[in-house]
Amino acid sequence: MGLTELFGAVFNLDHVGRYIHWGFIQLSVSNAIVIGLMIAIFIAALFLPFPGRRSRREGK
Amino acid sequence: MTTEIDRQWTTRLRKRVVETLPPDKLLPDTQPAYVASWIYVFGVTTLAALAIVILTGCVLAMKGPLWWHLSGTGHFVNSLHLWSVEIFFFAMVIHLWGKFFMAAWRGGRQLTWITGVVLFLTSVGAGFTGYVSQTNYDSQWISTQAKDGINATGGGAFFNVLNLGQMLMWHIVLLPLAAVALTAVHVIYVRIKGVVPPFEEGK
Amino acid sequence: MAKKAFNPDIDAPEYKGKYSPYDIIKEGTIAVVVVALLTVVLAVLFSSPDEKAVTIKSWSNATPMDFAATAMTELDGSSGTATYGPPYNNAATGQQVGPLTLAKWMGINVNVNTANDFVVAPLSTLADQPALTSALTTFASASSSRRANWEANYSKGLSSGSFSNGVLQVAAANAGPLPEMLGALTAMARSGALDQALVTQKGFYTTDYTKPLLFMADGSFLANKAQVQHLSGDQWGMMNETGSYPGQAWLWLYTMWYQVPPFSTSWGANADALVWAFMMLLTLLLALTPWIPGLRSIPRKVKVYRLIWREHYKNM
Repeated sequence: MGLTELFGAVFNLDHVGRYIHWGFIQLSVSNAIVIGLMIAIFIAALFLPFPGRRSRREGK
Repeated sequence: MTTEIDRQWTTRLRKRVVETLPPDKLLPDTQPAYVASWIYVFGVTTLAALAIVILTGCVLAMKGPLWWHLSGTGHFVNSLHLWSVEIFFFAMVIHLWGKFFMAAWRGGRQLTWITGVVLFLTSVGAGFTGYVSQTNYDSQWISTQAKDGINATGGGAFFNVLNLGQMLMWHIVLLPLAAVALTAVHVIYVRIKGVVPPFEEGK
Repeated sequence: MAKKAFNPDIDAPEYKGKYSPYDIIKEGTIAVVVVALLTVVLAVLFSSPDEKAVTIKSWSNATPMDFAATAMTELDGSSGTATYGPPYNNAATGQQVGPLTLAKWMGINVNVNTANDFVVAPLSTLADQPALTSALTTFASASSSRRANWEANYSKGLSSGSFSNGVLQVAAANAGPLPEMLGALTAMARSGALDQALVTQKGFYTTDYTKPLLFMADGSFLANKAQVQHLSGDQWGMMNETGSYPGQAWLWLYTMWYQVPPFSTSWGANADALVWAFMMLLTLLLALTPWIPGLRSIPRKVKVYRLIWREHYKNM
């Protein structure tokens, strides 16, 4: 197997993308996914409990 | 009594550095207990992504600007470069949101905030010059479009986005130097001042 | 020195609480490993886009009439580049922000004379074509009104002309040397020689593609391709990428202003300059947030910080 096949994409994105039209907003689905993930991860980071702070509670 | 050695520039600089940033602040082994949230991981994630961006960029630089069009390995390294850049911006923007909502400029940390904003701009510039240095259709289109914006500001007189050589130099020399230097200032300032304490409640 | 009143948006309370163990080197190492792995996974899954560059050769072979019509506008000085103004030439003032003619003040530092650089000079590099040489001599010695007359006649013919059997078919009376010149330039473009001639005007080595890029941007081949890929300015194209890859999503705010009035309507002629000015103002606000009353109080008032430091407040 040549390097080209080895390093070829699992998902081929080399085709014209889909676009979201919402009022004056035009957004590629890929960008929407990236932005959506960013917001989701930001919110998750705020809400998910942070591990490994047991010592402090014990010390209380 | 000050000796001649005490008055030397070198001695004075060393004392100043050690006073401002003693080793236990530069490489701390404890952290205030309030630093307990996932939001704190996005700063270090941005730094890690910058390291990968630079590393993959160095591999691309070793083989020259056209290599990645011609070799499967080259294309893969280009993919690594692109995706580490996506992670870099992803993490940096979340880091910015988090620091805004903590009002992280409080307590004499304004310089940290400003260097952060300037770093964001520098990164956008580095990303842009990278896109126009790709030597493919994408760079042709982006450069012929972006020229109007830059020319409109008067910047086109010395920053010609259609000049590949110039853009590549900015992308692989000037902007990375600026980004790394600013990152150093930003991180050192965080170490000197420490992580911003929480707002006081119930007062 | 009198102690200033404590401002919760500027000053930070002194922390007298507990400290937890913190391994900064381990944290950094884990971050690098995780990001490296994630990068490899994303690269393997999605690869990266690489749409081949357009050349003047591919443009003039795909749409020879568009190439010839564009070349004609470069010669008669009506193309986008020929009428651009600074930094390329004197033809216009360039965009302004109110009374500020920034582009004009910075001057013409990337000199482009489209008639000469895009048409006449490349043609003069072709040797052993007596008809072309004599056409170029005729063109060079003609008065500007004579040239304008030829150009008007030839443009008219070109708009209803066609391309067949490898040559331009243009019915234009009184066009002087122009049929010979435009015919030769189109042939030169289709052979690939024009791509070279445009970049080697300053010598053998080249890293500057200003001229062929401006030439191509004046035609519609590059732009039509972009339209299909959703890359045009009026399609929020700045943040988009060829194919279905994510693009420079961080440019969303910058590209958004181009879509909304008044930037997209009454300010349209100076949209670039005004959007840039506006973005600089917004950036300045972001950078100076710590000093701007009201803005700097937002985090304290929206109280997202309570989520971030909830353990700390619980333990108080």
